Amino acid sequence: MTTSADQSQQLSERVSEAFANAKPLHLRGSGSKDFLGEAVNGETLDVTGHAGVVNYEPGELVMTARAGTPLAELEAVLDESHQMLAFEPPHFGANATLGGTIATGLSGPARPFAGAARDFVLGCRIINGQGQILSFGGEVMKNVAGYDLSRLMAGAYGTLGVLLDVSLKVLPVPRTQVTRVFEHTAAQALQQISDWQRKPWPITGAYWEDGKTYLRLAGATSSVESACEKLGGETLDDDGPFWRAVREHERPFFAQSDRPLWRISVPPAAPMLDIDGECVIDWGGAQRWVQTDMEAVALRRVAKEAGGHATVYRGEAQPRFHPMGESILALQQRLKKSMDPAGILNPGRIYPEL
Amino acid sequence: MADTAIADAAEQVLASRPDKAQLIEKLVAKLPEHVVLHAEEDLRPFECDGLSAYRKLPMIVVLPETIEQVQIAMQVCYANDVAVVARGAGTGLSGGALPMENGVLLSLAKFKKILDIDTANRRATVQPGVRNLAISEAVSDLGLYYAPDPSSQIACSIGGNVAENSGGVHCLKYGLTTHNIVELEIVTVEGERMTIGSEALDTPGYDLLALMTGSEGLLGVIVQVVVKLLPKPERAQVVLAAFDDVRKAGDAVAAIIQAGIVPAGLEMLDNPAIVATEEFVHADYPTDAAAILLCEVDGTHAEVDEHIADVREVVEREGATEVRVSRDDAERAIFWAGRKAAFPAMGRISPDYYCMDGTIPRKALADVLIGIGELSKKYGQRVANVFHAGDGNLHPLILYDANIEGELERTEEFGGAICELCLEHGGTITGEHGVGVEKIDQMCVQFPPDELTQFHAVKQAFDSKGLLNPGKAVPTLHRCAEFGAMHVHNGELPFPELERL
Repeated sequence: MTTSADQSQQLSERVSEAFANAKPLHLRGSGSKDFLGEAVNGETLDVTGHAGVVNYEPGELVMTARAGTPLAELEAVLDESHQMLAFEPPHFGANATLGGTIATGLSGPARPFAGAARDFVLGCRIINGQGQILSFGGEVMKNVAGYDLSRLMAGAYGTLGVLLDVSLKVLPVPRTQVTRVFEHTAAQALQQISDWQRKPWPITGAYWEDGKTYLRLAGATSSVESACEKLGGETLDDDGPFWRAVREHERPFFAQSDRPLWRISVPPAAPMLDIDGECVIDWGGAQRWVQTDMEAVALRRVAKEAGGHATVYRGEAQPRFHPMGESILALQQRLKKSMDPAGILNPGRIYPEL
Repeated sequence: MADTAIADAAEQVLASRPDKAQLIEKLVAKLPEHVVLHAEEDLRPFECDGLSAYRKLPMIVVLPETIEQVQIAMQVCYANDVAVVARGAGTGLSGGALPMENGVLLSLAKFKKILDIDTANRRATVQPGVRNLAISEAVSDLGLYYAPDPSSQIACSIGGNVAENSGGVHCLKYGLTTHNIVELEIVTVEGERMTIGSEALDTPGYDLLALMTGSEGLLGVIVQVVVKLLPKPERAQVVLAAFDDVRKAGDAVAAIIQAGIVPAGLEMLDNPAIVATEEFVHADYPTDAAAILLCEVDGTHAEVDEHIADVREVVEREGATEVRVSRDDAERAIFWAGRKAAFPAMGRISPDYYCMDGTIPRKALADVLIGIGELSKKYGQRVANVFHAGDGNLHPLILYDANIEGELERTEEFGGAICELCLEHGGTITGEHGVGVEKIDQMCVQFPPDELTQFHAVKQAFDSKGLLNPGKAVPTLHRCAEFGAMHVHNGELPFPELERL
C-alpha cells in the first residue's frame, strides 16, 4: 500500500505561485500515459504524493480517492468487496494513478456496454489555474446543482484543473463471465455484433482480431448461460488474461512497431474503413486500431467521413489528436481560459491552442 | 473581479428595458410574422412552467419552425442585447423556463419530428420538442427503447431533458440523460449552429456534451439530439415490500445494493404517500405500513428469476412485514400505479403541493426522513415522501394552500430547510429537477464563492453578454450575500469578504 497523504495545500500553493509568475506546469502522475498527446514544457507538478482512499462504502456504490492513488491499489480495495470500476480503465503501466486515468478519460473493452470513465465520475475536487481548490459534484448518484464540471475533467488531460480527489460510481463484479469465440471476417463481425446488441443479452465486450470475434458476457449466472445457449460459438477458457491483454495493448497485434498505430473512433456500425493496413476492432466496432503508413490528413478524412476521428498512439503525426473545427476550437479556448486564465496547466498537451 | 463584471452584465440584462415594438419590428423583418407572438392572449400560455407558483408574462414569444429561424431569432436578440429563455414542453419543476417580462421566450414546441432511427447503431436523431415517451413508442416495434424515464415522460420533451439532465425511475441501472445521448446540435447565443459530441463514442477536445447536459439553458439552445437506444429487456418484475418502520425500509435499500443487485428501479413511499395514493388509484397498497419499497428487476427471464429470489430474501431478512411479487405485467402495472400517481394523488388531498428534489447517500435515508418529519412538525405542514430510493433521490411533497396568506412563503422556507438537511448529510439540493429559480438561494449554501465564480467564468465562455436564461441556476455572489445575511450559521456570516449594502 502507498502511504496516504493529503497534499492539497502544497499543490495549490505551487499552482498559485505558477499563476502569479505565469510559469507553465507539467502535471504528472506515474507517467504511464506520457506517450499520449504532446510533451509539455514546464516545471513538473508531481501529484503522486497526494494519495489514498478518502471514502469507500460498498453499500453506497461510491469510492472517493486522491488523484495520486495507484489504480492497481484502488482496484484491489474494490475487489475485496466484489466491486469494480466498470469502465475497465487501461493502466498502460504498473504505477498508473487514478488522476491520470480520469485526466486521460480512457476506458477499456467494456466502454460501449458499461459506459466511459466520464460516465462514472460523480464529483471531484480540483485546483483551477489560479490555485483555488474547488469542489464540484459529490458522492451521490444524481446531482444537477451547477454545471457538470466534474465530468468535464475526464479527458481534459489536466489542462482545465489539477485533479485532487475523484468520486466514482462503482459497481458489483458480475457473478459469472464467459467469452465465446466465432470465426468471422471483419465485415461479418461488425454485422454480427450489431445484431447481437439488439438482444437483451449481458454483453460486456466485443472484439475482433485476425478472423475471430470474441464476445464477452457477464452478469447473473442464469442470464449468461441462457445467452450462451442461443449464441453458440466456442468458449474461451480462462478469459481474464485475454481481455486484460486487449485492454493493455498487450496482444501481439500491438507489439508490432514498424508502422504508426492509430486509434480510430467511429459509430460502431460504420463499415470497414478504406485504410491500407492491419486492423483490430474493439468496442463492438466503435474503436478500431490500425497499423498503417497512410498519411495523417488522408486517414483523418476517412475517419471523419465515417462519422469519427483519429488519434495517433504511436508515430510522428502532428497534431496527435484529431484537429477541431474553428468555432468549436475557439469555444474550447475560451473554456480553457475560464478555468486556467494564465494558461499554465499542461499547456499544449492536447492541442497547441489549449 | 471577474464575478463583478459578470454580475454587472447579468444585472444589466435583468434590469434592461428593451423597446418591445422595435424588437417585434426587427424580428418580423427577418422571420415569418406568425412565429413572433406578442399579444397578451398569445403570451399567456407561456407565463409559467411546471413550477406554477412563479408566473411572468414574457415580452415576446418566438415560436420558430426551423433551425435557421432559431438562429435568426438569436442573432436579433444578441444584436439588441435582449435576454432569451428557451422552453421545451414547460414541464420542468424548478422554474427553469420561467419567462422574463423584458425578454424573449424561445419555444421549441414546433420541433416535434423524429428525424432518423438508426437500428444498426441503435440511435435516434430527434428534434428537441419530441416527447420523451414518443421516442420509446417509435422504436418499440424494433425491440428498442430510450431508457431515461422522468415521471413526466408522457409530456416532457427531450430538449428539456437534456437541459435539465433528467433522470427517472430507472437511472440507477441505466443512467441519466447525460449517459444516454451522444450528439447535440446547438445554436449559440450569437446565433451560430454548432455540433457537440459525435456519433462515435468520443469526440476530440473537451467533453462539451457533459457540460451542456444539465446546463439549464444557460449555455446554448438545443435544436437537435441524438439519443442512444437500448434493447428492451425480455421481462421486468416488481417486488413490493412493506415495513413497519422507515429505518428498516431505508436499511433494506442499502442491503439490496450491497447484495450485488442493481435493480432497474428501487422506489420508496412513506405512510402519508401510501395512504394518499391508495385512496386515489386503489393499487392495494398496505395502508398500515410505515413505508413500502418497490423493487423492479429486469433482464432475461432467467436473470429476473435469479434476482427476484435474491431481493425477496434480502427484504425478508431486513424485516419486511409483507412481500408481494408481481405475477404478470398487468400486476406489475398495478404495483407501479400508486407510485406513478403519487403527485396527482397529493393534488386531491391538498390544494397545492411543493415538490423537493434533494439527493443524499443511501445510508442517510432513514435519518433524513426522520429529520423531514421533525421539520414538518416545526413548520406545521404535512409532507408525503416518495423517493427514488436506489439513487438516494428524495421527492418530499410539501402540502400547502396558496390561498392562505403566507403559506407559500412558509412552504418555501420549509423546502429550503429540507435542502439544507440534505446538504448536512453529504447530499445535494437537486438530483434531477434542476436549480432554476426555485433553488437558486440554496446554491449559495451548497457552493462557496470560489465555485460560484468558476461557474460564472464558464458561463462567460459561452455567453459573454449573459443573455441566455439570466438569473437562473447560478446565483451571483451579491444575491448570495443578501440571502446569506438571513441565514447566519454558528454566528458566521457566509461570504464575509463581501460588503453588505
